[in-house]
Amino acid sequence: MAAPHASDLWEDDDKAPQVTIPPVAPTPREAALLPALKDAVASGIITGLLLLPLVGFRATESGSGPLTLTYRFGLVAVLAAVVAGLRLVLNLTVWHPDRRRAGKSSSPLAIRLRAGVAPLLKPAFFALALAYPFLAILLSGGLSPSRYWVDLGIYILTYVMLGWGLNIVVGLAGLLDLGYVAFYAVGAYTFALLSTSVPLNAFFDAHVAEGFWASWSFWVCLPVAGILAGLWGVILGFPVLRLRGDYLAIVTLAFGEIIRLVLINWVSLTNGGAGISSIPPVTFFGMSFDRDDTGFAAVFGLSFSPMHRMIFLYFIILGLAALTALATIRLRQMPVGRAWEALREDEIACRSLGINTTLTKLTAFATGAMFGGFAGAFFAVRVRFVSPESFTFMESAVILAIVVLGGMGSQMGVAAAAVLLIGGMEMLRNLTFLKSDFLFGSDFDPALYRMLIFGFAMVAVMVWRPRGLVATRMPTIFFKTRRAVSGSLVKEGHG
Amino acid sequence: MSAPLLAVRGVETFYGNIMALKGVDMDVNEGEIVTLIGANGAGKSTLMMTICGAPQARAGAVTFAGKDITRLPTHEIMRLKIAQSPEGRRIFPRMTVYENLQMGAAVEGGTHFEADLERMFEMFPRLKERIGQRGGTLSGGEQQMLAIARALMSRPRLLLLDEPSLGLAPLVVRQIFEAIRTLNQTEGLTVFLVEQNAYHALKLAHRGYVMVNGRITLSGTGTELLARPEVRAAYLEGGR
Repeated sequence: MAAPHASDLWEDDDKAPQVTIPPVAPTPREAALLPALKDAVASGIITGLLLLPLVGFRATESGSGPLTLTYRFGLVAVLAAVVAGLRLVLNLTVWHPDRRRAGKSSSPLAIRLRAGVAPLLKPAFFALALAYPFLAILLSGGLSPSRYWVDLGIYILTYVMLGWGLNIVVGLAGLLDLGYVAFYAVGAYTFALLSTSVPLNAFFDAHVAEGFWASWSFWVCLPVAGILAGLWGVILGFPVLRLRGDYLAIVTLAFGEIIRLVLINWVSLTNGGAGISSIPPVTFFGMSFDRDDTGFAAVFGLSFSPMHRMIFLYFIILGLAALTALATIRLRQMPVGRAWEALREDEIACRSLGINTTLTKLTAFATGAMFGGFAGAFFAVRVRFVSPESFTFMESAVILAIVVLGGMGSQMGVAAAAVLLIGGMEMLRNLTFLKSDFLFGSDFDPALYRMLIFGFAMVAVMVWRPRGLVATRMPTIFFKTRRAVSGSLVKEGHG
Repeated sequence: MSAPLLAVRGVETFYGNIMALKGVDMDVNEGEIVTLIGANGAGKSTLMMTICGAPQARAGAVTFAGKDITRLPTHEIMRLKIAQSPEGRRIFPRMTVYENLQMGAAVEGGTHFEADLERMFEMFPRLKERIGQRGGTLSGGEQQMLAIARALMSRPRLLLLDEPSLGLAPLVVRQIFEAIRTLNQTEGLTVFLVEQNAYHALKLAHRGYVMVNGRITLSGTGTELLARPEVRAAYLEGGR
């Protein structure tokens, strides 16, 4: 018999023999609960037995005296209960037998909801960022108590900006840069050195006005710091133009270390490891935040508070971060931005289309470095003290982690990751409940566990969202409709 | 007869110490489809890449429209109205079809962009359907169409195609070769085609070159070469 034509196979469905698949009898939820509970209790007991000798008994040395044995059965019970509880939750959710395998595809409602919320997300984020210091004042009840929260906001926004700056290099142009902190350092030291320079002070006192440099140096030095950092970006860019991937990462890592070591060892210029202090504070465009009659508070008829400066600093970094974001959005729509993205995708194809890859890489390095420089100058004016210790590899790693965690190239993702990482790390300092007697005792430092929890959180994010929090890349230009495809559907590398 | 559009004279190219091209001479005249066939590792792609300046020839000269391009960097060569669809297509997988095409027009400056886009859609209607999709989600044939369309967006005088049939079904290969023929006939586009698929390439081309071990061993019109017993034996074994 001849094989039926493909179309015949599908057209008359009624005539086709009915193949019935016996439905798998669904296990009712109640029936699933009992084994889940049993399993959870068993795991809890096993955990308890295992931990009894390990955690339950503790030998402490008291001075030169004999070892004394202390019992911590409470802790064992708590840990066992945690294991049992988590196991029960997992049994009922993730490991549940009738959990639909196709759980990945969202329901139409969820998609519609997401489409409705997505365009509001950015304005909402920005509005929240604008209102944040006032919310902090309201919620903490006064200017002075809000200090911690405004400071935290400044801290987070600094990293948002650094993340957005590095995002240009790593996320858009695809050049793995492990030494981004070098540009941060260049910006900070540029401002620190120029603002504390005695000859410059004398020059401006003589030629412009008394005290001009002390009050205006930040505003003059901010662009200078950016430009100098950008220049260093080009200087780093030149030798590494031929390198890609791992090799590029190693050279940039070395560059970051070189800058730090130069800062430590060039004592005559940078004052070495002691750093540069007494950097002039930020001014409200020439108006100081001091208690005196020409200060900000007096002129605007407010009662003096050191918080005015803090809030102003917050808005400066918010403005700088917004500048970074807007510049990135604009650049992405321009030929150079699209060339960056094309470069990330395929360098050879770029060259074959007549794109000067050398220039493209250098502009990416320079632009990213420039924003790093701005952030550095801001850091110096905020802390009013710079030393090489602030610019270690750890900083580069954290900034890179923000970019990777956020989803390379995604602005919102990077911002979210910065809030999560920096804010989360800060929040983990408050694990004081671990100090209670039945857990670790009052001499326990919960801050030590910060990094452990933090590491677990990062691993978890990378397992569940391997391409970062925001894995979709919105096309910069649209043909009639805007469509985004999840990054996970697209293979990296050569199509 | 006027000077050829692309002239390769005594070109020697090295990868380190290994000589990949051992003195190659080749011409592509204006309005021609010229194909280069040969076995794996013969140096076909190397010749194409040498024309593009990566790697640069250590000896010999490549001239395009009377201009010596041997020592020019790749991106400057590509701005002289030479377009290349590189081996393995190399479209930008995470960028949309539209963005891919726009990258192709980067050199041209975008003045004819809309008109060129329409032209590409006419030639490859499939691309119009896929316009908002990411390059990486296209099928192999669609990606090849996109690679060719992207190269054509720069309005080239010479189109360099490196193995457009790589990994494609025969039907798609035919579609793509038809498109090349149409481009050549209606717009007078000059095409230099490097192919493994010797039979189809020689049928399509006006002239062909056979490369063995870094040297051109045979040349002639497409039909001449198809008839040569040594070509049949080496590249068309099994017959068609």
